[in-house]
Amino acid sequence: MRSAAGLIYSLLVMSHPASGHGSRTAVAFARGALARGHRIHRVFFLDDGAAVGAAGAVFPQDEENPLELWTALAATHSLELVLCVSSALRRGILDTGEAARHERGTATIHRAFTIAGLGQLVDAWTSSERLVTFGG
Amino acid sequence: MNGRKRALVVSRHSPYGGTLAKSALDLALAAAAFDQPVELLFMGDGVLQLLPAQEGNARGRKDMARQLAALPLYDIDHVYADVEAAARYGVELGAAPIAVHPLEPGAIRSLMQACDLLLGF
Repeated sequence: MRSAAGLIYSLLVMSHPASGHGSRTAVAFARGALARGHRIHRVFFLDDGAAVGAAGAVFPQDEENPLELWTALAATHSLELVLCVSSALRRGILDTGEAARHERGTATIHRAFTIAGLGQLVDAWTSSERLVTFGG
Repeated sequence: MNGRKRALVVSRHSPYGGTLAKSALDLALAAAAFDQPVELLFMGDGVLQLLPAQEGNARGRKDMARQLAALPLYDIDHVYADVEAAARYGVELGAAPIAVHPLEPGAIRSLMQACDLLLGF
């Protein structure tokens, strides 16, 4: 099935936001695809990629902020940014539900992201015409 | 749309060097649980996951060999290994925790071309 405006993409990001450039390349790819009239169904962050959702990450002011790259893009295009739940939890990234379940004081996830299971990644590839992987 | 795609998870990392080997396996299991056709290929360093006695627990991790042995329970029956990498690392594929189809480089290329979706870990 082809949407009127182009292809439906989903992205799988496994690169750590602070090392290498997979996460940054994924942002650039998403921007480029959207600019050409394609749709992004979902961005799924797995393994080290999930580290990007940490609300408390602070980056040097004279460097690009990987968290801000994603949140700005998501705000402009209503992107769905999903962190793999087991990848997120082992990196200390919890939403209010997980924080309550695991008796942690507070949520640590940035509000632009949600947490879900791998089923959401499987759904991403069955619901999209292309799945593009970054990192791994 | 809800398209069933023939997915190939390509696992290229050693079992305990990071978490990617585990993530690849988890994804294959999730795909099978959601009734999607999924196959698994071990390439390069990934063939080290096929060693029979790994003692992952001794490293404080779940033993990969034991998890691989459970794949048939999830109806993941198509598991392949890169024969060149297995020979390079001295991994005896006949002793692997699961039945694997050994593939030469040409057969790996054909497999990748035949699948609808490649997930490289």
